[in-house]
Amino acid sequence: MRRSELHFDAVVIGAGTAGLVAGTRLAQGGARVCVLAKGIGSTHLAPATIDVLGYAPDRVDAPGPALEQLIAARPDHPYALIGAEVVGDALSWFAQIVPSGPMPGYVYGGSLEHNQLLPTAVGALRPSALVPETMANGEASRLQRVCIVGTPALRDFHPSLCAANLERAGIEARAVSLDLKLERADMNTLGLARHFDDEKWRRQFCAELSLALRSDEAVGLPAMLGLRDPHEVLADVEHRLGRRVFEIPTLPPSVPGMRLYEILRSALRAAGGRLVLGAEVTSSEREGDRIVSVSTHAAGRDLIYVAPWFVLASGGFASGGIELDSHWVTHERVLGLPLRGVPAEGEPRFAGRYLDEQPMARVGVAVDSDLRAEGAENVLVAGAALPGAIPWREGSGEGIALASGYRAAQVAAAQLSPTAAIA
Amino acid sequence: MSGPEGNDVFVAELLRGSLDHCVKCTICETACPVSNATPLFPGPKYAGPQSERYRIADEPSVDASVDYCSGCGICSQVCPQGVKIAEINAQARNKLKRQKGFPLRDRIITRPTWLGRAGTPVAPIANFTLHFKPFRILGEKVLGVHRDAPAPDFAGRRFSKWARKRGQNGRPASATGRKIVYFHGCGTEYYEPWEGEKVVEILEHNGFEVVVPKQDCCGLPLQSSGLFDEGRKVVIRLAKALRAHVTDEDTIIVGNATSCTLMLKREAREILSLEDDPDLKFVSERTYDICELLLELHDRGELKTDFSPINETVAYHAPCQQQGHWVGKPALDLLALVPGLEVKEMNARCCGIAGTYGLKAEKYDISMAVGRDLFDQVAASGAPTVACDSETCRWQIAHGTKLPSVHPIDYLHRSYGL
Repeated sequence: MRRSELHFDAVVIGAGTAGLVAGTRLAQGGARVCVLAKGIGSTHLAPATIDVLGYAPDRVDAPGPALEQLIAARPDHPYALIGAEVVGDALSWFAQIVPSGPMPGYVYGGSLEHNQLLPTAVGALRPSALVPETMANGEASRLQRVCIVGTPALRDFHPSLCAANLERAGIEARAVSLDLKLERADMNTLGLARHFDDEKWRRQFCAELSLALRSDEAVGLPAMLGLRDPHEVLADVEHRLGRRVFEIPTLPPSVPGMRLYEILRSALRAAGGRLVLGAEVTSSEREGDRIVSVSTHAAGRDLIYVAPWFVLASGGFASGGIELDSHWVTHERVLGLPLRGVPAEGEPRFAGRYLDEQPMARVGVAVDSDLRAEGAENVLVAGAALPGAIPWREGSGEGIALASGYRAAQVAAAQLSPTAAIA
Repeated sequence: MSGPEGNDVFVAELLRGSLDHCVKCTICETACPVSNATPLFPGPKYAGPQSERYRIADEPSVDASVDYCSGCGICSQVCPQGVKIAEINAQARNKLKRQKGFPLRDRIITRPTWLGRAGTPVAPIANFTLHFKPFRILGEKVLGVHRDAPAPDFAGRRFSKWARKRGQNGRPASATGRKIVYFHGCGTEYYEPWEGEKVVEILEHNGFEVVVPKQDCCGLPLQSSGLFDEGRKVVIRLAKALRAHVTDEDTIIVGNATSCTLMLKREAREILSLEDDPDLKFVSERTYDICELLLELHDRGELKTDFSPINETVAYHAPCQQQGHWVGKPALDLLALVPGLEVKEMNARCCGIAGTYGLKAEKYDISMAVGRDLFDQVAASGAPTVACDSETCRWQIAHGTKLPSVHPIDYLHRSYGL
């Protein structure tokens, strides 16, 4: 197989939140960056709220102070390596880049002082630090009376289930199922989001919904308020309905997640970084403790990406970045890096109940305090590949992804150009 | 020739094996241009890994809806689990069409060489006829080619004649220049010979010696319409013709028709089960898309950068097939080298044409609905011109936006002052 060699200052592997943030930050600092990804990452599957710390182990109201406590108690946790200050910096940076992206006016709000409690699709309340404006009105303390609206075509969203559980949480809630005339019997939120982008369709939707609403209730909709201009769509729907409206995250595809991807992707591009999708890293070359290059199968031939720095943001078990094979052996699949947190022979690997604290879930790539991979000094690790966290129990996945991507870029940039190190 | 049957089964099984990696995450469904525009196609997840489990060799085809897949390939590109969705669907489409029979239309519009040879000598008449409504209505009724589908004008001259006059066909390599074998494709030969002239001049400006071998179609239209056996014959013949001119290790093959270079690099090997064809493998490893090559040269500091400013705005659309090269979007970085040029990247999925898909009477409306997002984005950008790497996409974009659409290298050519 013939090969072509391409040279960069930094190569990032993975196009989820961590990878795109690392790539964008490095490019903003002036580095020549290429982000390689097998496909689109976690963004399209997650609610797109930035959950920094939701449970520790009880529900967290103020993530800032709880973060300090976690860092003190758990020096092996990703947040302890990143540091509370960098988490704060990363959040501020993120909140700043969102409005300058491709969706004018669309903003994220919130802080490390208070978690916002937002309804999930089943009506549970989930704590998040930063939330898109389209969800902000769903904050539990702002909800007195609410009408959860669905449509039968949207099979994975059940307004009555959501409303019943909100009732149990002390919010006066009822459900409406609106029989919309749609082009097909089954729809997903993406198809509906495209309709919401259309002003005429929105007008018709609001007219029909108005008939079903009572005077003083807010409206909760599955997250589908458009992909192009959600700021305008929200304002328009609120205006037409004459009340507060909010989005509720749904099963995939996640419309707010697709917005987040577009925001991060265009920030990377605006900073001069490159993104190559369909580029699974299939092998790498090493010299001692350094990775010299990684290669991908492009159409027709292999491309070799040579760089002094690599950021590994290929995810954990869920995305296949880490695997447990049929011989009960765990591997980091991209670069073959050593792992940390693997339960010893004879120790329990899994707990009996699905949602219990699973020992295997803490497995990640072994790193030092600068997020450098053990045995590969020019590889920085970000996102779900890091060991020590259980994001779905802690409510910390996007926070770790954002802050570790930000931190990895900081470490690499300082080495690439010590004088022009990014803040 | 009935095609390499044994290998067929093997390759089909390899593609099929990838379906077990599907975790039903729906990322392909968010990206599919067609299922987002019409309920007639149920989407890549359903038509691909889900339906494939019910498709059994020697049993009738189970889902007629797979014919509505346009074969753009975006689903395979965005899949985070590596499922070969588009390739699986191409096999299923082939089986369906073999079962149903191929309409005469599909045997005609998939032969750009025949059409080009017939139309070029009588270009003024042919062009008049192709834009003559009564004839187009007849064409729709008799053949099933939609009356409004974009029909490019025959240039009336052939690129290869220009190249031959310039002494470009196979002269001995000079001592200094690296040799490039230029694969111009049918679009350049019959419809846009000026694009080929620009490619040659840009490459020569950068010190290459350009050889233009006698060549025919790559077989992509045949493949995408499910005519696999015919497609194999055509692509193998092209591979042999190009290979004959690769005389040393450094020589590479370059094309400006991005879907046709992708056909040579990957699609013919994977979809037509030609992984073992030695000529195709040889050619595939040495083939570059023009923008891919120029950016690689620039990254190595080997591209001339004597660019003069062009103070204009251009919208850039990366066609689906360009993205299937898995090299990112090199045209964006190349256009950024032109001083004064403001490049607006469009992020719509697809223009809708998908080669010959949008020409077909039953699919024209879908193709226009698919392209709507891009056409709207172009209009909103305010750019007076749209750059795009694929000729059929350019014709569709011009049809849908009423704006001129050019290959990205046009800007480099102008900026070089060639």
